[in-house]
Amino acid sequence: MTDQTTKDGALTKERKDLQNLPDAASYVKGTKLDSSHHDLAHLDLDAPEHPYLDSNELIINMGPQHPATHGVLRVILKLDGEKVLGTECVIGYLHRGVEKIAENRTYTMFNPYVDRMDYVAAVSNGLGYCQAVEKLLNVEAPPRANYIRVILTELNRIASHQLWLGTHALDIGAMTPLFYTFRDREEILKIFEKYCGARLTTHAFRIGGCLYETYAGFEKEVKNFLKFVAPKIDEYETLLTTNRIWLERTKNVGTISAADAIALGVTGPVLRASGVKWDIRKAIPYANYSDFDFEIPIGENGDTYDRYLVRMVEMRQSLRIIEQAVNGIPEGPIMAKVPKVIKPAPGEIYHSIEAPKGELGYFIVSDGSTQPYRLRVRPPSFVNLQALDVMVRGMLVADVVAVIGTLDIVLGEVDR
Amino acid sequence: MLNALTSYLGSPVTPGQAGNQLWALIYVLIIFAGVSIAVMAMNWLERKALAHFQIRLGPMRVGPHGLLQPIADALKLMLKEDIIPSEADKTVFWIAPLIGLVAAFTVYTVIPFGPSQAVSDMNIGILFMLGVSSLGVLGIVTAGWASNSHYPLIGALRSSAQMVSYEVAMGLAVVSAILMTSLNTAGTGTLSMIGIVQAQQQQGVWFLFKFFPLGFVAFIIFAIAMVAETNRAPFDLAEAESELTAGFHTEYSGLRWSLFMLAEYAAMIAVSAIAVTLWLGGWMRPFPNLLNAPAWEFVFSLFPGLTFAALAGFAFLGTARMPSHSFFRIQRIGLGVFALLLAFLALVLFVIAIAGRNTDTSLAAHTREGIDYVYWFMLKVAIFMYLFIWYRATWPRYRFDQLMKIGWKVMLPISLGVLILTAIVGVLIP
Amino acid sequence: MNPALNVGSAPVGTPYFFYGLAAAAVISGLLVITRRNAVHSALSLIVTLLSVAGLYLMLYAPFVAGVQIIVYAGGIMVLFLFVIMLVNIDRASKERQFNRIWPVGLLASCALLALFLGAFSKGRALLPERATQLPEGINTQQVAALLYGEAGRMGQYTFAFEIASLLLLVAILGAVIMTKKKI
Repeated sequence: MTDQTTKDGALTKERKDLQNLPDAASYVKGTKLDSSHHDLAHLDLDAPEHPYLDSNELIINMGPQHPATHGVLRVILKLDGEKVLGTECVIGYLHRGVEKIAENRTYTMFNPYVDRMDYVAAVSNGLGYCQAVEKLLNVEAPPRANYIRVILTELNRIASHQLWLGTHALDIGAMTPLFYTFRDREEILKIFEKYCGARLTTHAFRIGGCLYETYAGFEKEVKNFLKFVAPKIDEYETLLTTNRIWLERTKNVGTISAADAIALGVTGPVLRASGVKWDIRKAIPYANYSDFDFEIPIGENGDTYDRYLVRMVEMRQSLRIIEQAVNGIPEGPIMAKVPKVIKPAPGEIYHSIEAPKGELGYFIVSDGSTQPYRLRVRPPSFVNLQALDVMVRGMLVADVVAVIGTLDIVLGEVDR
Repeated sequence: MLNALTSYLGSPVTPGQAGNQLWALIYVLIIFAGVSIAVMAMNWLERKALAHFQIRLGPMRVGPHGLLQPIADALKLMLKEDIIPSEADKTVFWIAPLIGLVAAFTVYTVIPFGPSQAVSDMNIGILFMLGVSSLGVLGIVTAGWASNSHYPLIGALRSSAQMVSYEVAMGLAVVSAILMTSLNTAGTGTLSMIGIVQAQQQQGVWFLFKFFPLGFVAFIIFAIAMVAETNRAPFDLAEAESELTAGFHTEYSGLRWSLFMLAEYAAMIAVSAIAVTLWLGGWMRPFPNLLNAPAWEFVFSLFPGLTFAALAGFAFLGTARMPSHSFFRIQRIGLGVFALLLAFLALVLFVIAIAGRNTDTSLAAHTREGIDYVYWFMLKVAIFMYLFIWYRATWPRYRFDQLMKIGWKVMLPISLGVLILTAIVGVLIP
Repeated sequence: MNPALNVGSAPVGTPYFFYGLAAAAVISGLLVITRRNAVHSALSLIVTLLSVAGLYLMLYAPFVAGVQIIVYAGGIMVLFLFVIMLVNIDRASKERQFNRIWPVGLLASCALLALFLGAFSKGRALLPERATQLPEGINTQQVAALLYGEAGRMGQYTFAFEIASLLLLVAILGAVIMTKKKI
């Protein structure tokens, strides 16, 4: 993945951020998860079409309107009786042309658009974009801004995981955790509302730092929230983690090996549940994450149950980070010295952060004007969705719903 | 007239036994009305209890605390357009819900609410119940077929396969309970429902606790199988919304759909009644042998009145807590009237309990006895109903192959084992 | 004990029940063979079986009636319906309803009718008018005694019962082996 040779040598010179990247595959080299082939040939993803169905084979459409596909996703399943032989995802029902819009907006004007992509975790989107533009401008946000950013982003991570848990449990049949997680998520949304005025599409950060100071009582409220939510996470675990029905529905369902995950480009909790200890917050720290002490949970088998456990532990680790951050917010300015009209020098930058769903990356090409020449978003859900086909082969139809839920996709991000 | 009433209330046999058609007809009508009201109450309870489990309130607007919601739902369903798929088989489409309904309601002829409070005490009572509830499967199969659509058919076949699989385990659990009835002094068991409860009475122990843990395991097997039998969570894959194959009642709308729901709830109450009769002592009050002083009799006979008094108290509390805004005036009045009704019922029950406290042959005594029997029976069945709702709120649902695996590979061997062990223990222990 | 009730009186309306059930059995039997739609035939067969169960009840054999309902109507007919619904029957419903050699069939059924009438008239002479009015209570015990034996002896049909169950087991195993693609 790193030794990309391009014809244009000038391009590689510009990519300072890609020079000393640690190799994700190096994390498994020498361990039992290492596999000799990192290519996709064995997955047979581009097999020629078989136009003639066997007598038992059936093609079923899980339409764009479906209570379980978390948005407008169309999945075409090829079944042999009850077993899934292959899938094809048809996306684009929520395509809004965000990347093209970016070419006609200034950098500051584009900031609210990024919230709408992964609308569940809007703060992370904003963080990634602002940091990418800051990198392009070669400015650093001040530490106080970074701490505020970390607190809000980690709160966002908890909120996103809570929504994931509620909807995933609902798909598998447990109706009640949905209500519990949404009730607890309200507290986070209240903090967001008090901070920046919006609950869902927050537009919390600006290029160069934060616009808003923390409101009076911010630290107290965040600390109260930490005390409030820790037993709630225990409540969710009590309902599901050792429940035999939950175990039977999620263990060995949708397994993906570490090698396949790396080869497909899967990131985030899905990758970590397959055993790869890769988290951008630790690997390429940004926004003062290196100041905090937290752990990266990894799973063993790469099945749905491991992904569930990884996200539950991540929620608790986020609580740890927030606690450390809120206890030590430094004083200082919240905005770096950024020119009024943002006109970065020509060049290109790729910056990625660890969004709740995986690696969210922004590749911005600037031609020296106030509007980007090209802005490409690397959405984690889009890349993770490729793994659906691999995970679901050989599983039963009822598992497809569970696997779509466990990948934690948001169609706003997949389609942009 | 009063004499006739006394003789009927105090008769030691059921109307079917006595050959009394009028009284049997009256019992049938009472049961029909009672089950319908119970199904509506169960609908209300499910929505409210499920909502409270999910930290929300449930219906609050239609009548105070949603008490009139089932009526509103029934009205709405009756007034809906009756859509029949164009290619569907009209005759079969029409009779499918009726088959399920008839099967669910026929079971109630043998359910014993008391030693003579049943429509008829067939001496193959339990066999009759198992048979008729297996006819309910036909209703589902024909409903799926008549819809002339791929998904309801597959859903119907799955539902019926599930019901048939769990009937086997259910039957074996029932057989091990029947075995226990033969361990009395006469040496012969009985298949009649009233006879089973009387056997428990005679042996002085609920079959739940007999040969512990054998009776208990058999009861657990039956309790799980009856949830699968009625297609309730966690075995409700065939009718869940988020699965690909929609349920067998997809194409049914309006009144026909409500008939299916009626049949489902009635079946739930019926299988709970079987469980209560076989293992939980039917109409017997707790500790009839341990606490058998007349004072204890009196105390336990106050329970019906106390229950209604408690319900009236809750209703009064709700009235007091209602906001005193003019918008809530009618609801407040309605809830107050309901509370008064419950309090009046409690008063009547107290009067009967006190007037009939001696065990003589007066009308009051017979009435009190009858009410006590029915009350304890209904209380135990109500506990099961609440458990059904609790299961639905808490657990995810099983995948279909896991469900069938459990039915055949786990429940069947365990119930066979319990049966054999019960037989062995029953022979060895005199 | 109340004299107002008469416990154990004679059953009520027996001829009406008999004629009703018999008519239901005969009519639904005719429907089974004349319906074009296989599902309708199966449902009519269920009605036939239930009517026969009712007739068993009238013969003071409640256990046999109950088993008839459980096994036949509730088990075997459900299986029939499964098969009918899973197999494509559109082709069958468009075929001719009665084939061309119906005179032979008519002859065979007339012969069967003659046999039944002969058995009935002969049997009338052998059995008394009001045959054994058994109390309702002992049908289960009698069947159990025949099948499983009582008082320490083997029943009359115990061996046959066990052999039949073994035969069913062999049939089930055979069906499973024949239909599974790989064991």
